Amino acid sequence: MDDIKNLQKEILSQLENTQSLKEVLDLKQNYMSKKGPVSNLTNKLKDLPVEEKKVFGAALNTFKQELEEAFKKKITYFEELEINEKLKAEEIDISLPATKLTNGSPNILEKIIEEVESVFMSMGYDVVDGPEIEEDHYNFELLNIPKGHPARDAQDTFYIKNEDYLLRSQTSPVQARVMLASGGDKPIRMICPGKTYRRDADDATHSHQFMQIEGLLVDKNVSLSDLKGTFDVIAKKLFGEDIETRFRPSYYQFTEPSVETDISCFACKGKGCSLCKNTGWITVSGAGIVHPNVLRNCGYDPEIWTGFAFGFGAERLAMLKYGINDIRTFYQTDLREIDAFDRLED
Amino acid sequence: MISLNWVKDYVDLTNEDLEELAVKVTKAGVNVEKVINNRISNLVIGKIVACEPHPNSDHLKICTVDIGSEKLQIVCGAPNAREGIKVIVALPGAVLPGDFEIKVGKIRDVESNGMLCALFELGLEEKTDENYAKGIHEVGEEVEIGLDANIYLNNDDVLYELDVHKHRNNDCYYHIGFAYEIACILNKKVTLPPIAHQEIAEKVNDNIQVTVDTALCPYYSAKMVRDVEIKESPDFIKQRLINAGMRPINNVVDISNYVMLEFGQPLHFFDKDYLGDTIVVRQAHDQEKIITLDKQERVLTKNDIVITDGQKPVCIAGVMGGENTEVLPTTKNILIESAIFDAVAIRNTASRLNLKSEASIRYGKGLNYEYTNMAIERACYLLEKYADAKVLSGTVIYDKVDKTDKVVKFQTAGINKILGINLNDEDVKTELNRLDFPYQYKDKTFTVTIPKRRLDIDANINDIAEEIGRLYGYHNLVSTLPTGATRQGKYIGDVKIRKETSKRLRTLGLNECKTYTLVSPEMADLFKYEQKENVVLPNPMSSDKSLVRTTIIPSLLNVYEYNTARNVKNIMLYEISKTYDVNFQEDLKVAILMKGSYLTNDWQRMNLSVDFYLIKGVIENLLDYLGFKNRYSFVKSEIANLHPGISVQVLVDREPIGIIGKIHPNLKKADIYVAELSLTSLYQKSTKPLKFKSASKYPEIIKDMAFVVDNEIDSETIKNVIKKEGGRILASVEVFDLYPNYSEGKKSIAFKLVFKDENKTLVDNEVMEIFNKIINKVTTTLPAILRDK
Repeated sequence: MDDIKNLQKEILSQLENTQSLKEVLDLKQNYMSKKGPVSNLTNKLKDLPVEEKKVFGAALNTFKQELEEAFKKKITYFEELEINEKLKAEEIDISLPATKLTNGSPNILEKIIEEVESVFMSMGYDVVDGPEIEEDHYNFELLNIPKGHPARDAQDTFYIKNEDYLLRSQTSPVQARVMLASGGDKPIRMICPGKTYRRDADDATHSHQFMQIEGLLVDKNVSLSDLKGTFDVIAKKLFGEDIETRFRPSYYQFTEPSVETDISCFACKGKGCSLCKNTGWITVSGAGIVHPNVLRNCGYDPEIWTGFAFGFGAERLAMLKYGINDIRTFYQTDLREIDAFDRLED
Repeated sequence: MISLNWVKDYVDLTNEDLEELAVKVTKAGVNVEKVINNRISNLVIGKIVACEPHPNSDHLKICTVDIGSEKLQIVCGAPNAREGIKVIVALPGAVLPGDFEIKVGKIRDVESNGMLCALFELGLEEKTDENYAKGIHEVGEEVEIGLDANIYLNNDDVLYELDVHKHRNNDCYYHIGFAYEIACILNKKVTLPPIAHQEIAEKVNDNIQVTVDTALCPYYSAKMVRDVEIKESPDFIKQRLINAGMRPINNVVDISNYVMLEFGQPLHFFDKDYLGDTIVVRQAHDQEKIITLDKQERVLTKNDIVITDGQKPVCIAGVMGGENTEVLPTTKNILIESAIFDAVAIRNTASRLNLKSEASIRYGKGLNYEYTNMAIERACYLLEKYADAKVLSGTVIYDKVDKTDKVVKFQTAGINKILGINLNDEDVKTELNRLDFPYQYKDKTFTVTIPKRRLDIDANINDIAEEIGRLYGYHNLVSTLPTGATRQGKYIGDVKIRKETSKRLRTLGLNECKTYTLVSPEMADLFKYEQKENVVLPNPMSSDKSLVRTTIIPSLLNVYEYNTARNVKNIMLYEISKTYDVNFQEDLKVAILMKGSYLTNDWQRMNLSVDFYLIKGVIENLLDYLGFKNRYSFVKSEIANLHPGISVQVLVDREPIGIIGKIHPNLKKADIYVAELSLTSLYQKSTKPLKFKSASKYPEIIKDMAFVVDNEIDSETIKNVIKKEGGRILASVEVFDLYPNYSEGKKSIAFKLVFKDENKTLVDNEVMEIFNKIINKVTTTLPAILRDK
């Protein structure tokens, strides 16, 4: 029994003095291996008389358990010490610059268009596009703008061949195409954002290439008041819930009645400022009830169907919304400028 | 510009606030951009009752001025200031042009309570040395002391500046038209001006014969006057012309302009003595010449309309008169023309000759023959009254105008349906009365006849709804939403692939560009990797925008240049745009340009620069996202202006859909990589529906093999041999190591092969058998040697 006690004392005192995990493991190896002192004690057991065997065996078991316990404790101690040191050593200066990934910013016009699309898609409008090299027939004739009509003067057009083909001067021909394709017997909800071209010299406020966002709704009971409600939804989404809207009479060849749609100035809240030229109102689009001639030209019976159409200038929306003064901004792609647009917006 | 004083001749505006009226007019559809009130307050007529020299000045005078209510001491420096004359007095508080406010003050120690005015100081004359020398304006003795001087000066007009840009009718262009607009807004009636005049026994028909030889002149009327006395116009005519923006010339010319501004009908006056006795209206001959009033020789085409004397042109119809029949100060006998010409022809001629005039604008809008008639009579009335003219009896008239009435039948419900409002029949009657549209009402149905003056209104219910709507007031509309059945909207056609491509490329860190479709010939020629010819515009605005592009890459290079010039180092761009070839065949393309560092961290010395493999990775990532995984490949291909060793065609299902490459150093020194894919081609290919596939339950076995091959043999060639021989259980092959110049002219290339069976655990023997077959195949079919481990 004293052997056990002595050995225990010896091991524990040595364990107490260990300085590293390795020393502990070496110590354990020394004493607890098959031929080590602890095994030797166990070997002694079989030579003892039965009574002693019982007592000695029990004592030996306790001793072994305590020893295991003690080693385990020490090992854990050193392991923790080691991991803590490692963690300490791995501590970094979190203030150093991050790894830069390149920006993926949208073109500002596309951003506005995507915003408008998502509002209209949620109201059931499909997003459609059509050819940019268009036939005079779709661009003008079907839309109640026959050859020689003064409305053609205002849209100085890039003709391509024999005045039959042109770079579309508006996105409205897409509406005509969709109506014709629908066969005159189905309701239509669509918007057609896209590029358009007119013979304007490029400067801060003019661009020979620009983008329109036009929309069309054809159904059996559609009124100017429905157009007003629809305009309210998009205007508030783009310019804030607190803006007000109004319609003013206007004139377009493919709508009758026609209106210009204004929003209350979001900059001055209607008090009058340079943005709204002191009127408190900003014109953002043109719209109206689809002219019966246009419906008829495109296969819809105006006695049964009515519709409204509207058109925004994407550049104008973006210039207003983001305070951009030069229309060329959209076509230059100055990465220093569009950097900021790689983000979400409420 | 509309003079409200003038409008008052036709519609009663007593007690109307003209600022408020402008708002109402705008709401009803004619945009009043600006209300100009040239009235000056605190301006009265006074009389100098005493005039003493100023003690501290050799030219100033101290005047005592009676303004009726009181006598004021005013210091004045004008040479003509003297006792007994009546003058215009600006009292303290008056603001003269140039924001000059009159205040009580001292001039060289003497109190002065106002200013005696010269006309130029009131903005009524130009400030010239001559006018300055005239001194203060002397008012006639008959003018009452204390009178508002604005009334004396006819300076009490209010002008509306209209935005006529869009307005469809010509009623913004003449005062009677505008009076009708105001009358319907205010619910009043229009009174037309007097036209009755005396006529002498001599007949016009005995003096002129009119022949019209073109369909472009549906109406031509002429009258004649004798013995006109050419002199200055009366003040009111001059004043009104000035206010409307026209310069007074003499009574005869002014009257023709005055009538045009009243009725919207341009008139032309010929000197009858130079005209002869024949008028033939016809289309000009090509190359026919005429010297116009401005002494310019004009060369005509057969699309122009001319008035001739039977031989030579004497006037370009609707645009400008000829010098040969011009009314001069010596003119005695005048032939007055009042006609209608084809609006499109006039617009074309005016714009071709760059001669847009007050007259051509009005012809170009179209004219109402009723006013064509009235205007010629009105001109005779005014010439008789203000030019002592003797009017010959009768009128020569050529008339082919279609006078069919435009009639619309409708019910109130139809109007309500269009506008989304709730009027009753009585409301509609009220509105039609205000519009002065004659109608019949029977069995709840209105039959409306559109007045001839409203050329802009077509015979359909929408036009009537618009007229009623604008009077009802669009600001009174209540917002509602369409009630029809609906569903979530969709992207139709190739819009979806465009949106998705954009989304993915932004996620990959590329910035979206938008550039011009029209390019220069130099740009168009840069990357001709397809057999496509460009559309060339027949009449471009400039040569740098004269072709429709077939590729977007040159435009992205410009964006690259723009940003490089602004010191931007890392440039990652894409653009999606439609392109067209000479047959108008559309190809929706996406182009990519990458240059610089894709990923950087300087202090860690980390820098992932763009190279061919990175842009290839972007393309693969995009194609995988769009559903083309395992369907694409790349073949080396020489493309103009791309690096001959670093340019490839991208194939999907073995068909070319685009290119990737490095810009040739001859074109740009920097390491710029570009790619372009046809989204139209991709859109036309179908992709498999997305399905879940569970990961294999059986372990995979990975083996490596390395070959030494000639530098020229590309990895894809070896890979294809491996794949083919590997068969079903070879799940993937990837290059994992490369030693260029491993030995003279040779490289070592190592592949990682993954073997997998979906149905069982593979055993090593089985794999080794195939593995050895692959090695054998590669080394026997290619000039390749297995590299020892």
